[in-house]
Amino acid sequence: MDVTEILLPGVGVRYEFPTSSGDRVGIVAKRDREFDLVRYGGSDPDAPETLLTLTREEADAVAEILGAPRIVERFADLTREIPGLVSGTLEVPAGSRFDGQPLGETRSRTLTGASIVAVVRGDRVLASPTPAEVLRSGDLLVVVGTTSGIDGVRKILQG
Amino acid sequence: MDAFLLELGVILLLLAALANVAGRLGLSAIPAFLLAGLLLGEGGIHDLGASTSFIEVAGELGVLLLLLLLGMEFSAAEFAASLRRHTPSGLVDLVLNAPVGFATGLLLGYDWQACLALAGITWISSSGIVARLLSDLKRTGFRETPSILSVLVLEDIAMAVFLPLLVVVLSGGTALVATGNVVAAVAVVAAVLLAARLFGHHLGRMIGHGDDEQVLLRVVGVMLLVSGLTYLVDASAAVGAFLVGLAIPQDAARRARGVLKPLRDLFAALFFLSFGLHTAPGELGPYLLVALLLAAVTAVTKVGTGMFAASRDGVGSRGRARAGAALIARGEFSIVIAELAVSAGYTEIGPLAAAYVVILGISGPLLAKYADRLAATRPDPAPTP
Repeated sequence: MDVTEILLPGVGVRYEFPTSSGDRVGIVAKRDREFDLVRYGGSDPDAPETLLTLTREEADAVAEILGAPRIVERFADLTREIPGLVSGTLEVPAGSRFDGQPLGETRSRTLTGASIVAVVRGDRVLASPTPAEVLRSGDLLVVVGTTSGIDGVRKILQG
Repeated sequence: MDAFLLELGVILLLLAALANVAGRLGLSAIPAFLLAGLLLGEGGIHDLGASTSFIEVAGELGVLLLLLLLGMEFSAAEFAASLRRHTPSGLVDLVLNAPVGFATGLLLGYDWQACLALAGITWISSSGIVARLLSDLKRTGFRETPSILSVLVLEDIAMAVFLPLLVVVLSGGTALVATGNVVAAVAVVAAVLLAARLFGHHLGRMIGHGDDEQVLLRVVGVMLLVSGLTYLVDASAAVGAFLVGLAIPQDAARRARGVLKPLRDLFAALFFLSFGLHTAPGELGPYLLVALLLAAVTAVTKVGTGMFAASRDGVGSRGRARAGAALIARGEFSIVIAELAVSAGYTEIGPLAAAYVVILGISGPLLAKYADRLAATRPDPAPTP
């Protein structure tokens, strides 16, 4: 899919893309993290119709409903604000001893200090999983911590 | 002391009421504050007593904060992108709008230094008013919006060179001294921008503290220090504040903007008020007609600028008209330039600029709002496929 990105100096960024149903959709991501969803194609080709205006929290909720990529991006953003904090995505490898085990069994936070903040399974995202959440091989774990902490979690998952 | 507190309290409440009314009408508060200043003070309906000296000092701080935040408004990436895509629009902006002000000054028989100030006043749109307008009219998603914003960014860059040059020129002296000063000013600007590039991340780290109080005190401290230094070397304090704003890297700027905005709003309001206070309404008379004509001509030249910029982005005719009208408003930059000229002794610029900004600060947003309908009465000659 082709997404055009247009810089709006002092305001934010506008993303624009056509949908297969024939609409041309624009998303304005403002610097204060508010979002406008617009649709082009009225009588004036340059003046879109505003469909929705979302606050930061509402946009986060929509993103969580729509899929994983944004979640990962949000943590990437968080880690940019706090020096030393990084995030990564780790896969539970096939044949891992934690396949079918609850998340708590990995004791990853106790051992490494890094937190598993989301589990991405297929097209579903489990944000803030509890220790009782059962892992499966192929799950993607979004981990936030220090670089060595994330490496530690990778070793645990492989071991 | 009691009189001072009472007077200041009444003034701030008055400003709040004016800004509220202006906002309801879809207008900017800047012309409202200027009008309040014109009506109060010397020769106005009520002469301020106890609070005058405080408003003066607060106004000086207001200019610094205003320019600091203007400098912080855009990131290096946004500067680069606008330069890449819209340099011709920036040149059209300069060539269409600045000469009108300069020529008007010459016709009125002003010194060429004052003419240069007037050129700056007619050249620069109000990024504050325009940005607010785009968001109030919900036009951030419109296709001409990037063109409009790019013109504002380029004007911002141009100011980094124009303001120091103007200050040097206004300070006068022989041709040799002036040339030397111009060279010195350009060197200072280049040095600051280079330093920002090399050490900006240190500045960013120093400012990017977790605590709002720390961010506030540090940014204002750095701003005052640099402003004081540029004031000592005969450049203006305002120029220093603007350069500090440009030098702060974007991540730190985002944080600092949030903390400083309320402070800026308070002091900038008092700056516009104090600018108006210097002018008695009676003095405006002889300048009104000139200001009206100048406003009419430079409104048209700005529309030309906006249409040119939007056509570079392939926008249709109605969008081009909207882009043109959106840029008409003049505001804070024009008043800052006028203030520099007035404090250098070219007092005739004061009332003219006040009248000019009041006219375009009010009519600009109104024209921007209805440009669409005016343009819609004509058929679109070349519908985009």
